[in-house]
Amino acid sequence: MRTTTRPSAATATAAGLAALLVAALAACAPAEDTGTATTPTDGGDCGPANLQTIEDSTLTIATDQPAYEPWMVDDDPTNGQGFEAAVAYAVAAQLGYADDAITWTRVPFNAAIQPGPKTFDFDINQFTINAKRAKAVDFSSPYYTAVQAVVTTGSSPAAAATTIAELKALTIGAQVATTSLDAVTEVIAPDGGPSVFNTNDDAKLALENGQVDAIVVDLPTAFFITAAELTDGVIVGQLPDTGTEGDQFGLLLDKDSPLTDCVSSAVDALVKDGTLAALEQEWLADVADAPVLE
Amino acid sequence: MSVLDAGPSTVELDRRAYRRSRARRSTLGALASTLVFALVAYLTITNAPGWPRVRTTFFDLDIARQSLRPVLAGLWVNLQVLVIGAVLVAVLGLGIALLRTLRGPIFAPLRIVATIYVDIFRGIPLIVVLYLVGFGVPALRLEGVPTSGFVLGTAAVVLTYSAYVAEVFRAGIESVHPSQVAAARSLGLSHRQTTRLVVLPQAVRTVTPPLLNDFVALQKDVGLISVLTVTDAVRASQIIVGQTFNFTPYVLAGLLFVLLAVPSARLADHLTVRALRRQQGGGR
Repeated sequence: MRTTTRPSAATATAAGLAALLVAALAACAPAEDTGTATTPTDGGDCGPANLQTIEDSTLTIATDQPAYEPWMVDDDPTNGQGFEAAVAYAVAAQLGYADDAITWTRVPFNAAIQPGPKTFDFDINQFTINAKRAKAVDFSSPYYTAVQAVVTTGSSPAAAATTIAELKALTIGAQVATTSLDAVTEVIAPDGGPSVFNTNDDAKLALENGQVDAIVVDLPTAFFITAAELTDGVIVGQLPDTGTEGDQFGLLLDKDSPLTDCVSSAVDALVKDGTLAALEQEWLADVADAPVLE
Repeated sequence: MSVLDAGPSTVELDRRAYRRSRARRSTLGALASTLVFALVAYLTITNAPGWPRVRTTFFDLDIARQSLRPVLAGLWVNLQVLVIGAVLVAVLGLGIALLRTLRGPIFAPLRIVATIYVDIFRGIPLIVVLYLVGFGVPALRLEGVPTSGFVLGTAAVVLTYSAYVAEVFRAGIESVHPSQVAAARSLGLSHRQTTRLVVLPQAVRTVTPPLLNDFVALQKDVGLISVLTVTDAVRASQIIVGQTFNFTPYVLAGLLFVLLAVPSARLADHLTVRALRRQQGGGR
């Protein structure tokens, strides 16, 4: 797949110089952190000058094609719109790469999680961090933890709900033995008790049949089933965090990549300064119209 | 007085004493072998390398205490489905059996329909019937058709079990000797009267033990309606298992189902013995 490389040769040189400057600054900044995160090769210096990227001074970021909203907008990661595109640019900036020092490439989801050489520095594609995958690839610190969301159809009485209290009187379903079911019982606590399904597929069918008024799934699943599976599917909103751990998305890197520690500290820094929370609010709640229900 | 009043002879008394001693010996033998077996089983299980883990995962008393209320609430749902279902199954099953045993060329369509019904619903696994009825019927979006998992689940269970029970009833009806029917007809009873007064009473008595067997099977299978969002004892346990990663609630639900099944099983035994005594008239 062809990648879009925007900068011309002249701007690339300029960008390279700018990047070096940023890198020099960046090299000073996290000096106190390096004591804990020891990276033997470059002494913990996470700038374009020292990072062993696939191409010198360029960060190659991968995602799948097509990429869907709300993760990317218009299947174009270079516009920086959508949650994951925005996160990717934020991480790159944190590492010291200017926007035009970034190259995007397209790698299918299943190819990316296989062991073997990679054509990217890191891949952002809603990869859930789990131990089995971590045997074949590296993951950065999580940049997103899935929250629970209420999904319904346009004709359901739940479609008009704007608060959790309005959902109480309705029939709410979820899959058994999931954090979604915990969220139904603990956060919504429907008057008639939860409707418990064996699988999410059963729950979706019951929702389309009108047997339940709404179902609870995690937000990434909610985006998928409202966009691709349900006819007339609507996200009512996100449920406030119950403290139970949802799926965590991490940036995916080659196994034992020299970049993993640097990328992780960049993500950690973005979590700490609230950048990721702001991006989540912007792209997953406001733009995707999945407000947090009170 | 006569010899008859003198009581048992010494020979007979010896025989009785001998029988008593043999009976005592066999009771003691049975007791000893049961104790030895129980001891060996207990030691084998408790000395198994995984036993401590099994004990905490399957026999956690705290979790059993916590889950008792929700599981009992679920069992109450099971009981409701069971009672409603059993009545409907008996009525529908008997009706189908009567249709299948109708004689005469005119009734061929009824016999064929009844046969097809039995073939289909004895053939399809109950869980598939549950999915088809529970999610398929509401998908039609017909006015007035129920969407409740409880109603649709009970309907699915009744569909499947009435097919089984119809076959049991049919076997019972066909076990009544043709001479009984001939005798009834020659007395001037109509076909309907013959069936009601002569055939069915004998047929039902014959098939009561197998019917109770099906009833016990139904007791467990009503739990399958949990796939239609009915929170029964099994689903209630499953929810707690999902929260605690401890399987004790399943063991608890299993025990409660056993408690539910024991009375039916004893009743079935009792009826079988009584039927045997009547039919074989002191031959044993």
